[in-house]
Amino acid sequence: MKAWLTHHLHSLKIAAQRFRDAPLATLLTILVIGVAVAMPSGLYVLLSNLDRAAGGVKPQIELTLFLKTDVPENKSKALAADLAKQPDIAGVVFISKAEGIRKLEAAGLSDITAGLPENPLPDTLILTPQQTNPEALDALYNRLTKLDTVQQVVMDADWVKRLTALMGLGKNLVLLLAALFGLALAAITANTIRLQIYAQQDEIEVAQLIGATDRFIRRPFLYYGGIQGLVGGIAGWLILLLGGALIESSVAQVATAYGASFTLNSLNLAELIPLLGLSTLLGWLGAYFSVNQALRQFAN
Amino acid sequence: MIELSDVTKRYPGGHEAVSGLNLTIDQGELVFLTGHSGAGKSTLLKLIAAIERPTNGHVVVNGQNVGRMKRPALPFFRRNIGLIFQDHKLLYDRSVFDNVLLPLHIQGMTGTDAAKRVRAALDKVGLLKKEKTRPITLSGGEQQRLCIARAIVSRPALVLADEPTANLDDAYARDIMDMFRAFNEVGVTLVISTHDQELIHRYGGRSVNLAYGKLVT
Repeated sequence: MKAWLTHHLHSLKIAAQRFRDAPLATLLTILVIGVAVAMPSGLYVLLSNLDRAAGGVKPQIELTLFLKTDVPENKSKALAADLAKQPDIAGVVFISKAEGIRKLEAAGLSDITAGLPENPLPDTLILTPQQTNPEALDALYNRLTKLDTVQQVVMDADWVKRLTALMGLGKNLVLLLAALFGLALAAITANTIRLQIYAQQDEIEVAQLIGATDRFIRRPFLYYGGIQGLVGGIAGWLILLLGGALIESSVAQVATAYGASFTLNSLNLAELIPLLGLSTLLGWLGAYFSVNQALRQFAN
Repeated sequence: MIELSDVTKRYPGGHEAVSGLNLTIDQGELVFLTGHSGAGKSTLLKLIAAIERPTNGHVVVNGQNVGRMKRPALPFFRRNIGLIFQDHKLLYDRSVFDNVLLPLHIQGMTGTDAAKRVRAALDKVGLLKKEKTRPITLSGGEQQRLCIARAIVSRPALVLADEPTANLDDAYARDIMDMFRAFNEVGVTLVISTHDQELIHRYGGRSVNLAYGKLVT
């Protein structure tokens, strides 16, 4: 157990030594990994902020029910009262035929209304739904159109659907970007490790000749790859923080222009830890791949 | 201890470095492999250490069929053999002490026990005072002795040396041969390749003569 521990410590020391031996190359690699990490996580942060912003602006969606003209007013009122009790409806406003014509007159259309032989307007109900997600709205819409007394239901919810669709697209984009940049991260690590293996070729050969197992040879490289991934991940996080700080004031300006107060959020701990874990894992994997390739090549 | 039966090693391209060789080496023997350069001395040593695999025939060391050994088993097999190379194969990025420590480290031995054994090995080859220096500052003879210290630090029962006295002047060569004889006296089996006939006459031991990959008797 103690030997095993000293062994790992020693491998860690070797890995640290290799970082110190080539500080500039290490710095550049970490920067590249940092950018690779910052790209998808930056988009992710942007999206989650947008999502939050969209959630904050509760859209006022209304459904307008035009009832059939032959429905008597007391029946219309009963329907309004009935709908108001339903759980997915937040509010109902009843506008009678007479009220409708008065509103038209008030709007300056009295010339037209005066020439009409009788009031052609139906009783109208304006509903405010409880939920604004597209599925709930569609369900409500379908239910309302099936009512006997209802002539027509008008709902303007297209922009909600569009926003939701755009958000979904954005989320898929984050996943795609994350996969691509993750691959890039592993490839970068594999390449730096490959260069290192060439530099350490003598050592690997000697170690193999005097009885080192593959695992023994692999270990310092794996530590190197893992640490590089971790530090690169931290660099990516710092890039994100820096980028956030740079655009913060302009975001605030935009928010004020829309009459809202909004602060930019960065990654929280529950998001940061998996991110760093992932970048470490990818660095480790890249190193593993590279060393195994090399060990098979030497193979004596 | 070592048994080669009908061993042939053919390299890609058709060159046969060793052809149909039969040889048995007992435990505790001191064997010199002689012959012109290209006679197959190095290849024979590599076959015994499982650095090369035979094209035909069997190489059995300590009851293990070396030619058929699986890759994961190789490191553990090699730990029982001390290898001394003509070109030393030292690591120049670390101290003399750390070079000798490497085999012990590979076997999972660390701390004061390991340090003691490293110093004992360095003492045997007369390099104890240079443990902190880098191998590059050592003379050719000293580098060869360092290579020997690394080969014996894990106390192997078998030591294979490929031209250990080549490129060394006579006094150094005699030094090293004295060392080998001392190992042999404590029971270590030694197989040493050399083209220095005079050395063999002086030290006795068994002499195996190779020519064009075959035994000459």
